[in-house]
Amino acid sequence: MGKAFVYGDHVDTDGIIPARHLLTSDPDRLAEHCMEDLDAEFVGRVEAGDVIVAGRNFGCGSSREHAPVAIKASGIRCVIATSFARIFYRNSFNIGLPILECPEAVAGISSGDAVHVDFQTGVIENETTGKTFQARPFPPFLLQMVDSGGLTNYVKQALEQEGK
Amino acid sequence: MGMTMTQKILAAHAGRASVEAGDYIEADLDVVLGNDITTPSAIREYRGMGASRVYDPHKVVLIPDHFAPNKDIQAAAQCAEVRSFVKEQEISNYYEVGRMGIEHVLLPEQGLVTAGDVIIGADSHTCTYGALGAFSTGVGSTDMAAGMARGKAWFRVPPAIRFELTGKPGPMVGGKDIILSIIGKIGVEGAQYKSMEFTGPGIANLSMDDRFTIANMAIEAGAKNGIFPVDDVTKAYVEAHPCVNPDMKKEFRAFEADPDACYEQTIEIDLSEIDLTVAFPHLPENTHPVGEAKGIAVDQVVIGSCTNGRIEDMEAAAKILKGRRVAPSVRLIVIPGTQQVYLECIKQGWAQIFVEAGGVFSTPTCGPCLGGHTGVLGDGEVALSTTNRNFVGRMGHPGSKIYLAGPAVAAATAVVGTIADPREL
Repeated sequence: MGKAFVYGDHVDTDGIIPARHLLTSDPDRLAEHCMEDLDAEFVGRVEAGDVIVAGRNFGCGSSREHAPVAIKASGIRCVIATSFARIFYRNSFNIGLPILECPEAVAGISSGDAVHVDFQTGVIENETTGKTFQARPFPPFLLQMVDSGGLTNYVKQALEQEGK
Repeated sequence: MGMTMTQKILAAHAGRASVEAGDYIEADLDVVLGNDITTPSAIREYRGMGASRVYDPHKVVLIPDHFAPNKDIQAAAQCAEVRSFVKEQEISNYYEVGRMGIEHVLLPEQGLVTAGDVIIGADSHTCTYGALGAFSTGVGSTDMAAGMARGKAWFRVPPAIRFELTGKPGPMVGGKDIILSIIGKIGVEGAQYKSMEFTGPGIANLSMDDRFTIANMAIEAGAKNGIFPVDDVTKAYVEAHPCVNPDMKKEFRAFEADPDACYEQTIEIDLSEIDLTVAFPHLPENTHPVGEAKGIAVDQVVIGSCTNGRIEDMEAAAKILKGRRVAPSVRLIVIPGTQQVYLECIKQGWAQIFVEAGGVFSTPTCGPCLGGHTGVLGDGEVALSTTNRNFVGRMGHPGSKIYLAGPAVAAATAVVGTIADPREL
């Protein structure tokens, strides 16, 4: 699928997209500054299909949805972390950025490794080392929301049903 | 099985007799809040949902406070987009520059939030209103859009940690020292996805401003919400701050946790043992007693924000700064949270104290807290700030450093030029 960008614990939303760039909500413009204070080389190196692998509490801090939006628009296919901060977790589902919790994969993937993720089964494969890992399953409620195309579509359908 | 205070509020808003931790529910919303950064994205998603009218024009609250007064042309465009949506949707709770304040200081002051409410806001510090005995939590722009469209939000019912507070805080020790020391104890993910429920006899010794500061930083421990029981202090505050918008039809409802409510953990905190506290760069959990921070040189001191921009904060700073001068090497920036706080500073003579001390006295804004404007830090600069986050680059250049503390330590630090203990001045 793509190569891994590996980061540590507590990657915060200021690190993902600093507030000085929150003067737009355009995904492509946000992507130009993704991770810039944390990893100045990220934007130049990221390619479609790459993955971010990080430790505990990924996405802590602000409620800015610009953070998962910037990551998604940068080409990142999914974020694998030991754990996620709650607003980031929620926002990722709502905007359709796949995220996976898998401490074993985080321990078993190094920067630049080739990683493949099967979203149906939650199996993460480190193609560089040949090791595979099983991500924690998502609750059925969230899977339903993802299946209906994210929160925006979910609400659209609900409004139609409610005749509003 | 008994319910926590948070669970009871959520059950009542989901039309259910009871809920348990882990349940997924849809709850009715009493307030949906947005600011000038998060609302433009929410408007786009709202359109994408096919919504035409907000569920209730009196329950949506929009406040341009982050990059307002407009810091540049792009900020002006974002604020204009919010303003135009307000007009289109006939939203009654909009606070223009000159009337606005920092959202989480403003909403309680204007009576827009009350005990028993369920509130979402596209701002992480929306958890502030838990101080009033409400369930209140930060969400993203798409959740805000869904809330505006349907008046509902989905929640996973949180488990809770109970903080049993006893004792009375010592001189100059306030809400900021209490919440920083709690975060220092449990860590920045210590309450991840959970409620922080504050209980115990020590609560009677905390003012509403202390409680707002404590609930405000629940998110800094990863919590979904922080919540206080409703007592005489809450009731007196709400009576003194009636809702300015009768169309909101606010209903004060005190919920109590069941005696057999289930808590994952109980943590006992003796308030008399809490010292003036400073969080070192670059996480709010890196806390130390002020004595261990003494002598660290700073370039800038900021007193304000949704965490510490209230009347008691201004008073605490003014008491220290009275008759003193800001150290020549320091830039002091004081930002009252709302126009009412600003006016109180003028009436009480605190504004004059700040200016005579050699400080900036600014109109309400989030400004420097998020590195927006009015005090952005340069490379290598060090700030001591009463704000809520000290992440890398939060207030400006990624090479800058932020120490977090309460207003008394901040004011003393501005005078001395290095981090200082106000009790020793």
